[in-house]
Amino acid sequence: MMLIITAVLFTAGLGALLALIIGATARAFAVETDSRIETVTEMLPGVNCGGCGYAGCADFAKAIVEGRTLPVQCPVSTSVHTARIAEYLGITAGEKEKVIAVVRCGGSCAVTVRSPYNGVSDCRSAVLVAGGAKGCDFGCVGFASCARACPFDAIEMRDGLAVVHPELCIGCGKCVDTCPKNLIVLTPAAVDVHVYCNSPEKGAVKTKVCKTACIACRKCVKAADNETQMTVNGFLVADNYSNPPISDLVEKAKCPTKALRLASKHAAGAYEGVSK
Amino acid sequence: MSDKPRKFKGGVHPEDSKALSASKPVQTAPLLGKYTVIVHQNIGAPPEIVVKKGDLVKKGQLLAKATGFVSVPLHAPTSGTVTAIEKCPGPACVSVPAIEITADGQDEWGSPFEPIADWQNADPAVLKQRVVDAGIVGMGGAGFPSHVKLSPTKPVDTLILNGAECEPYLTADHRLMLEQTEDVLLGAAILARILGLETAVIGVEANKPDAISKLNAFASNYNVTVQTLAVNYPQGAEKQLIYALTGREVPIGGLPMDVGCVVQNVASAVAVADAVIKGHPSIERITTVTGEPVVNPGNWRFRIGTPISKAIELAGGVKVQPAKLLLGGPMMGFAQNSLDVTVMKNTSGILLIPVEQVSQYTSEPCIRCGRCVEACPMDILPATISQAVENERFDWAEQLNVAACIECGSCSYVCPSHRPLNQHFKRAKAEILAAKRKQQKK
Amino acid sequence: MSESETTVVQMPDATKLVVSNSPHIRGGETISKIMVQVFIALMPAAIAAVWFFGLAALEVMVLCVMGCMAVEVLWNKAAKKPSGSWKDGSAALTGLLLAMNLSSGAPWWICILGSLLAIVLGKQLFGGLGYNPFNPALVARVALLIGFPQLMTSWIAPQPGNWLACDALTGATPLAATGKELASISDLFYGNVGGCLGETSALALLLGGAFLLFRRIIKWQIPASFIATVAIITGLAHHVNPELTPPALYHVLAGGLMIGAFFMATDMVTSPMTANGALIFGVGCGVITSVIRVWGGYPEGVSFSILFMNALTPLIDRYTIGKPFGYIRIKKETAQ
Repeated sequence: MMLIITAVLFTAGLGALLALIIGATARAFAVETDSRIETVTEMLPGVNCGGCGYAGCADFAKAIVEGRTLPVQCPVSTSVHTARIAEYLGITAGEKEKVIAVVRCGGSCAVTVRSPYNGVSDCRSAVLVAGGAKGCDFGCVGFASCARACPFDAIEMRDGLAVVHPELCIGCGKCVDTCPKNLIVLTPAAVDVHVYCNSPEKGAVKTKVCKTACIACRKCVKAADNETQMTVNGFLVADNYSNPPISDLVEKAKCPTKALRLASKHAAGAYEGVSK
Repeated sequence: MSDKPRKFKGGVHPEDSKALSASKPVQTAPLLGKYTVIVHQNIGAPPEIVVKKGDLVKKGQLLAKATGFVSVPLHAPTSGTVTAIEKCPGPACVSVPAIEITADGQDEWGSPFEPIADWQNADPAVLKQRVVDAGIVGMGGAGFPSHVKLSPTKPVDTLILNGAECEPYLTADHRLMLEQTEDVLLGAAILARILGLETAVIGVEANKPDAISKLNAFASNYNVTVQTLAVNYPQGAEKQLIYALTGREVPIGGLPMDVGCVVQNVASAVAVADAVIKGHPSIERITTVTGEPVVNPGNWRFRIGTPISKAIELAGGVKVQPAKLLLGGPMMGFAQNSLDVTVMKNTSGILLIPVEQVSQYTSEPCIRCGRCVEACPMDILPATISQAVENERFDWAEQLNVAACIECGSCSYVCPSHRPLNQHFKRAKAEILAAKRKQQKK
Repeated sequence: MSESETTVVQMPDATKLVVSNSPHIRGGETISKIMVQVFIALMPAAIAAVWFFGLAALEVMVLCVMGCMAVEVLWNKAAKKPSGSWKDGSAALTGLLLAMNLSSGAPWWICILGSLLAIVLGKQLFGGLGYNPFNPALVARVALLIGFPQLMTSWIAPQPGNWLACDALTGATPLAATGKELASISDLFYGNVGGCLGETSALALLLGGAFLLFRRIIKWQIPASFIATVAIITGLAHHVNPELTPPALYHVLAGGLMIGAFFMATDMVTSPMTANGALIFGVGCGVITSVIRVWGGYPEGVSFSILFMNALTPLIDRYTIGKPFGYIRIKKETAQ
């Protein structure tokens, strides 16, 4: 009995002593922090996607509190959330156009050729071996590096092609750097029509390797409301995102290779090669 | 030097499979109707095209001129018309610019260089200029401009000729040493003169005894010593060859000249001899077309720009569909997915690999057996680096000296888990380089 | 191209050509080939175990091997992992090694429980083959030893050639023995002593170890430094105080040192990759084993020492990274 009491007393005493030491040290070495940072961090979504350009939500919160950025830079938060943060800090939420990512390629395995590849299943590794093994040197490699990088599962692989779901994408831009072919661009979310091709090759070369390549026939340029809505760069047409075309252009232009597509319908599988 | 075969640390012993083509004498490929000459055939800056569509060219005429020190000119493989300058499949499965020449059938030499018959008394600078003008590159595989190695900025005391040909299957250098023994030695002597050296040493793997004895028979006439090397892959890798022959270690990221050596491939030496004695630019090479699926494996003298499909046709086509088509040997060669790629100055072999030999990527985890560590000729830890790369920890890979890797593939060869180690290192090097460039920009 | 050629030349189909990184040929080594060779290397010891302990030993071995394979299959099914991993032989080998660490008198449920502990606790919870920090068979052995000390430390006395040897006779393990009870060196060498299945015959284990060394499956550094360290420390201890502990040769031949040094410590996954690391690993195992044997509370310390050193393996590997080819010169030159 005595033994038990001694043990209990000893342990309790040791515990109390250590608690004292820890408490004293915590006080002595306490780091002054702004309590608002913690509150703002809690008000942020906490996915740590990095889309704001800071190293995670806590860092972003610190930046907001210190006035280096505005709450609206968080691509995940809705306007209600950013407004709440702004209200708490007594600042303005700021304004920012919502962007989403677009993979500028429509060349799934069904519409282009891909050699059998045997190696690391990662785009940046695959391009080192055989340029990605696809017929087109500029197209989607199809080993899902961007899809793995996406914190919101907004990129789906369909038959060797990365397809962005516009309704899931929040435009954090994490995927942009993962693409060895630099296919992914962040575009204004309001624009739905895009050219799904990134090959600067001549039309004849492109059509040899891909059925949905842009052949620079300029039908869409002519069909657009005014000539500046689409830009032609060599053998490749692209949206002019500062003066973007509206969605009915796809109907009007009748793109012969279906390189001009609506992002929403592309993700829904309405075009050849990307059907589910 | 002793007669004992020299070797280096590490390495592997793959089955050499050279018997398929080792006994086949070199045949000269017939003149084709069309050649597609890839413009960028060397390490360094691509040359600048000086002809245009529709131009008439003679054999040996300049097609593209060097654009800097580390760059080499390109010459026409035959006489004819330039019919196109456009992109064609390149050796890395990516389209590259090429010059298409439709032959006129005359195969008429243009104004080749003046032969320098009295090379023994010629000015070394003149000889070196000839190497520059003839567009000679390292014909063992890398395609490094030969003249750059001949312009060392540090004192050099040893000239090494690389006749190791340690890659399995390949026999092009073997046949070359056997059939053009004196040309090889002559080239060695000219190279030695350019470098201001009296002698040269030529290293040959012990599995080519006929070539060694033939070289030995003539070597003394040219002041060249022949050294037998142990059969051990990658014996022909520059750093391993230097170590085996001289015991010197080329520093990581350094060049052979840092340890007073210059290494040239035997085929490059013959190209040098041709350029000096005959005045011919580098427009042809001996290439082995081999592999189990090939009907008649053998060695051919191809002009640059010969499509691979023609080369395979010359070898009688294939018996069965091969799993892979490689440019170069099986350990370091590049897999191709097009038959329209053309022979380049550094195409030492066209190899077709049967389905049975193609190892599948299985992604089994590392069991830490350490075989890769034993096999690595550079004494790095392939297994650990590969794990770092899998976790995208390229900084860690850099700390583990991935930069020292020569991509010989020995580690992947021995790995019981069939891990893609070599590909991981390639990735790591690319990422480290990209990160450095990014930092420099900032 | 000769114009007269009329036969059709078959050309490769370019679309079917596989692209991959070099090297394009591989040596024939596979994981299962390595496992099979270790299995073969254990055969002399397995036969010796059956010779000394009868069919009961065979039963333990079969139960453990089948148990481990079954657990592996079931786990993969439950974890929805690819189910083929039992085919690589690693589970079977773990089972055999586990059996080698059990007494022939071990009841069937000890074998099954051991298999469960080895595969699930020792291996799969960490991610399967290649990711386990500790030797799975030893994890099971130590767990059983602590959980069922009575069962795990009662040994059957050997009855050479008696197939039906049963658990009627019990004897002490040679390491727990003192004074006059010490077994003779020749009995230890041939295995005519009580103990685990694999702890008895040093001869059979040496045969297997030699095979592994010859096939270059294991590094010589680990068994050599392990055994040498035990011999030196116990030898010194015996020299100073003969009462304290038996002589070095007795320590080397008795208990689990042989199987530990050749089969347990050399497990690829859990031992260092570098040659120098392997030396350090072996010495560490030897020191801990000797300390436990001579001064510790347990008669045997091989399994504890190996498990402890397993934990240190990543650290050892990290600090024994050699200098790559061409590294020294860089240093010299920058120093100049």
